[in-house]
Amino acid sequence: MTSNQTFAIVGAGQAGGWTAKTLRDEGFEGRIVLISDEPYPPHERPPLSKEVLLGEAEYDTCFLWANKILEEAAIDMCLGVTAIDIDPSAQTLALDNGESVKWDKLMLATGGRARTLPVQGDDLDGVHTLRTIEDAATIRARLSKTSTVLVIGAGWIGLEVAAAARTRGAETIVIEVAERVCARALTPEMSQWLGDLHKDNGVDLRLGASFDHFIGNMRLEAGLLADGTQIRCDIAVVGIGLSPNTELAEKANLEVDNGIVVDTTGQTSHPNIYAVGDVANHPNPLLGRRIRLESWENAQNQAISAAKAMLGSTEPYSEIPWFWSDQFGANIQLMGLPEDWDETALRGNRSTGEFIEFYLKEGKIQGAAAVNNARDLRFTRRMMMSGKSFQATSLSDPTVKLQKLLKA
Amino acid sequence: MSNVTFHNAAKTSQLDEDEALQVIVEGKEIAIINLGGEFYAMDDICSHAYASMSDGYIEGECIECPLHGAQFNIKTGKAETPPATVDLVTYEVKIDGEDILVGLSSD
Repeated sequence: MTSNQTFAIVGAGQAGGWTAKTLRDEGFEGRIVLISDEPYPPHERPPLSKEVLLGEAEYDTCFLWANKILEEAAIDMCLGVTAIDIDPSAQTLALDNGESVKWDKLMLATGGRARTLPVQGDDLDGVHTLRTIEDAATIRARLSKTSTVLVIGAGWIGLEVAAAARTRGAETIVIEVAERVCARALTPEMSQWLGDLHKDNGVDLRLGASFDHFIGNMRLEAGLLADGTQIRCDIAVVGIGLSPNTELAEKANLEVDNGIVVDTTGQTSHPNIYAVGDVANHPNPLLGRRIRLESWENAQNQAISAAKAMLGSTEPYSEIPWFWSDQFGANIQLMGLPEDWDETALRGNRSTGEFIEFYLKEGKIQGAAAVNNARDLRFTRRMMMSGKSFQATSLSDPTVKLQKLLKA
Repeated sequence: MSNVTFHNAAKTSQLDEDEALQVIVEGKEIAIINLGGEFYAMDDICSHAYASMSDGYIEGECIECPLHGAQFNIKTGKAETPPATVDLVTYEVKIDGEDILVGLSSD
């Protein structure tokens, strides 16, 4: 039935990799072509700004599967090859090596690229962004006890780079235009806690600081702030967000709006083209709104769901967003994307660095943030899915097991 | 044939139903799990990344890794959901009065 069909996938990150693997696991017998402009087999990126930068692991720790598993799955991998055009009516994909792939169904798992700062000196040697294996390798090679690192942007990537740099002994300065760190994702109290973690570990954190431009002659020598402050540095890492790679989708005249617009099964405005992962603007039935998530778990699970949809499933992808980070030995996890809440319950103690904070609206948990408390955070998903109401006083009481509250 | 030696690992009173506990037996990190009143033992460290399975959530016959959500069958150790693809080793369990004994290969 499907054995003479070709399903093509663009992108071999978490989303593209899991699409390919799932298609085969679910019994697709046709040809699976995986095209990626990165010269590496399917891989995830979280370790790149954590263990790899710290020097605790090599980049191959990011590879999703051993070669043997990929060989058994008979995935036709075109690595280091860029897909440059889509013909949506002929259902072909043009590659930069001159080849053309005829597909029956196409998955766009094109992810995104790190945003850059279009300012004077942005082309100096020493100015970096972090997204790919190459980026991580370059930055890692330049981190040392004697180097000074300027991080621009106190979002997740910026803070993880800062934590790795500082842990490796580098003098580390973080500048952030907002008045607190990770302002988009965290409450003011959590921002305070995380900012303090960095300061306590010797990071020079400067909030409300506007960047102006880079100074140097071929090599980066300093960064200049808008207020005239000059910060001498050997390298700078710009962590100011991600731009979704929507160019291919635009060429195919697919609907694009803050990413490629898809439905709950990952289908784009073309019935045979799907999109998942960081690039996909999708409806989340549990949140009742459209979102585009830059997250490891979403890239995995949305890809699995959409791969099944490519094979005929109509089951919607519907999960509570989850995210994690590791900085200075602290594991930070977030559940949900709470927009408003009328009550906060703190379980544990911020000063011991092991706690979870719940955000409730009319007794319903809207989300939670946890530090070194993965166990309670995983429970939170169940509590949110249960639709039950909870009392802030019980949630804050460490002698009451969450399991008991859920079963009550 | 390998010989199995049983080691005293925990007391039954230490675990309520659907709870897990990390124990160290012969230097090995093992998760003891009380699944609906029956006790099971498996490797405590997730096969995907370094995390303690005994901190995980028990649902049905599976335990879920607290770090990335991979689920393993408590009775067989089978990796049931991504991101894990490698099964966890399970161990034989005996109950002697209050004591939970875990069987390890003595080779």
